Amino acid sequence: MEIILIKTTAEDHHIAKLTALAIGLHLLEAVFPSPLPGVKPGIANIVTLYVLYEYGFATAAWVSLLRVFASSLLLGQFLSPTFVLSLSGALLSLVALFLAQHLPKKTFSAISLSIFAAFAHIAGQLIIVRLWLIPHTGVMYLIPIFALAALFFGVINGLITANLLTNLNSRLK
Amino acid sequence: MPKNTRLAFNHKPLIGDWLVIVASMVAVAVMFQQFWSFAPASQLKIRQGNQIIGTYDLNQARELRIKGPLGESIIVINNGQARFKQSPCPNQYCVHQGWLSHAGQVAICLPNQVSLQLMGAKSKYDSLNY
Repeated sequence: MEIILIKTTAEDHHIAKLTALAIGLHLLEAVFPSPLPGVKPGIANIVTLYVLYEYGFATAAWVSLLRVFASSLLLGQFLSPTFVLSLSGALLSLVALFLAQHLPKKTFSAISLSIFAAFAHIAGQLIIVRLWLIPHTGVMYLIPIFALAALFFGVINGLITANLLTNLNSRLK
Repeated sequence: MPKNTRLAFNHKPLIGDWLVIVASMVAVAVMFQQFWSFAPASQLKIRQGNQIIGTYDLNQARELRIKGPLGESIIVINNGQARFKQSPCPNQYCVHQGWLSHAGQVAICLPNQVSLQLMGAKSKYDSLNY
């Protein structure tokens, strides 16, 4: 009998560790009920942003998408509407981050990127909601609430990430 | 152990961040204004099939009987509001929708092909005609 060994690189281990952290935050958030369905702080995105700054976009994309898949499996939501919403949000915020990462670092910090990602996240979700789940113009009434929540949590997550990055970097010096 | 183990609030938002925050706040405010503007309606437009039955002032209390394929739908206008009072349709969704009062609001009875649409001072974007 042949034993199949998957060769893993140091980077794979790194991605796995960071993803585990993101999954942990995602699950932690899933436990708390939200006053408004769909409005969540999205603290797992702190990990995505942190990875983007420390390891680059490719690793951040891996961590973000692996987190969506693994968390949905753990929560029993794989291929459910919740999963599709989560995935569309994650994909669109990755697109936003891909574009925003080229902004000058001296004027735009993780806070800006976090806000862009949060807006892209709700945009991705609302597109799915409008096209598939609730094909009705009434969904438009929800847009301001979701946008306000995205701005609020985008700023908070961005502040956490930016401080995490500066604190870690000053400690290493 | 490193000296600085306490988590400090070292990073302050940069100029670009403030720009993004202010721009986002403006965008959110505009969204609230755009999507949550409940302008009071002044007129009611009634359609049956593919024709407009008429446009009625919402300040005049009246009762209208509109003939459709199933029978008569009774529409009531009162106090700047309008509603389906009675309908020959099986599911009664139009009646259950109750009073309409904001510009842009719509009640449709598909089985009897009657629709009510409230009009404001100026007509807004709507999904029926756009």
